[in-house]
Amino acid sequence: MAAPRTGMVENRPVGDLLAHLILVAGVIVLAFPLWVTFVASTLTYDQIVNVPMPLLPGGQAWSNYHHALVAGSEKGSGAPVDRMLLNSLIVALSVAIGKIAISILSAFAIVYFRFPLRNFFFWMIFVTLMLPVEVRIIPTFKVMAELHILDSYPGLVLPLVASATATFLFRQFFMTIPDELVDAARIDGAGPMRFFWDVVAPLSRTHIAALFVILFIYGWNQYLWPLLVTASESMYTVVIGIKRMIAGGDAATEWNIVMATAILALMPPALVVVLMQKWFVKGLVETEK
Amino acid sequence: MEKRVVFKSAWLPYALVAPQLTITVVFFFWPAIQAVYFSFLAQDPFGLTTHFVGLENFRELFRDPHYLASFRVTAVFSLLVASLGISISLLLATMADHVVRGALLYKTLLIWPYAVAPAIAGVLWAFLFAPTIGLVSYYLRRLGIEWNWRVDEGQAMLMVVVAATWKQISYNFIFFLAGLQSIPGSLIEAAAIDGAGPVRRFWTIVFPLISPTGFFLLVMNIVYAFFDTFGVIDATTEGGPVESTQILVYKVYFDGVKAADIGGSSAQSVVLMFIVIALTVIQFRYVERRVQY
Repeated sequence: MAAPRTGMVENRPVGDLLAHLILVAGVIVLAFPLWVTFVASTLTYDQIVNVPMPLLPGGQAWSNYHHALVAGSEKGSGAPVDRMLLNSLIVALSVAIGKIAISILSAFAIVYFRFPLRNFFFWMIFVTLMLPVEVRIIPTFKVMAELHILDSYPGLVLPLVASATATFLFRQFFMTIPDELVDAARIDGAGPMRFFWDVVAPLSRTHIAALFVILFIYGWNQYLWPLLVTASESMYTVVIGIKRMIAGGDAATEWNIVMATAILALMPPALVVVLMQKWFVKGLVETEK
Repeated sequence: MEKRVVFKSAWLPYALVAPQLTITVVFFFWPAIQAVYFSFLAQDPFGLTTHFVGLENFRELFRDPHYLASFRVTAVFSLLVASLGISISLLLATMADHVVRGALLYKTLLIWPYAVAPAIAGVLWAFLFAPTIGLVSYYLRRLGIEWNWRVDEGQAMLMVVVAATWKQISYNFIFFLAGLQSIPGSLIEAAAIDGAGPVRRFWTIVFPLISPTGFFLLVMNIVYAFFDTFGVIDATTEGGPVESTQILVYKVYFDGVKAADIGGSSAQSVVLMFIVIALTVIQFRYVERRVQY
């Protein structure tokens, strides 16, 4: 729908040049921290603390990354990063898949059935929009303790799985599915679950993909909740682990290892955004509607 | 909106909503109710007994200069993050909408910071701004500016604002670009034929048409600055120096987890819940308005 219209209006080479200059400046400013982080991850500790550090990569990349992955930062928490990356992956995938699964089912029930308490249930799900984890830290922690799921994968994942936005998105989409498809399914003798698997789920593919991208990033980047619920180093996600590595202050931080860990921590979600850009933009714009 | 045809089953719809409702009740409603309940209780100094104190925790909260200071810090922080983030993103989105060549490449290179966790964004900028070894600190020293955010309150605030804004620009950019691309080209052309230059066209046509997007982003950016920036703060300043970057969410965490003041922290949680509810209502009123357009 968005036809390229520039140039149709008028030709302003100066304006074009200015636009490119501003965009290039924006790209450079946004990329500068990433570049410095990457360069630092390829240097020795001594090269980094010898101010100013070089702006071109050094030869320590393999050694730093290897060290981070298998041994972590000895001055910090000392937990190896490969385990943290695995934990992050498990959390991100479970949150994304879990949220999509429970939301698509509840939206299907709310749209395709009439039953007592339907509106009440919908309202209950809706209200969760107003209760981000940040505002119910202490009591949620207590609930987890009573359920004995502190410091475990269910404890990391379950409180993050309920979400009103995914349910809304599926509900809105289901409303646009033509009623004739239900009639046809019923004439064929298909029950509701058959209809769900054969018609609703396949039609929802693009919405599922878009949500998956957004929720994967959401799960991977969680911070406050994993910080509270994890106790043992083997349960740290990488975002928590990196904070533990820098807890000692400037002088006590192995910056070369920390920077390698930072690159490892931000690459998976960044690659998802760049490689699945179309789904990402669709998911972002639609879930916020 | 209701479906005309529906399925009939006495138990299936309940089974389908059960997983989501269970999680919602156990991890949302039950903790939220407890937060309200705890906010009316006080513990003796040794944590042995608790008793009902009514609104005393709230009264104490709003008498506490530290809490009021945290409100001020949050206001300054969120206004800076929202205004900087929105204006920079609008500038970049307008330019990206303008150029023909390289538009997709620019877009790709401008949206990736969205994927960076707030805590990691904090670590990246804390490294650049590290008082002794940081590159930016080094450049600033060369310019004659003594940089040490560990002791200077203004510099600490500036650093967390930069880190939080840096991450949020991508988000705003995506929404502004989508808004700009949905403006019909014929409107712009008509104005151009009438002799309006690019700057005038922007202020008289483009800006009014994307201002609903701008308002939506203002609310979303404030929500982001209030809640999602916890990672930025915790990974860098931890609220310091002298509470100068202690935003409300950080204070809830600090008082509840580190200082174990359950009543006070719960009262703060309840105040935050009211803020979220207010922001959500504003956002939904906006959505209604947008539908009417």
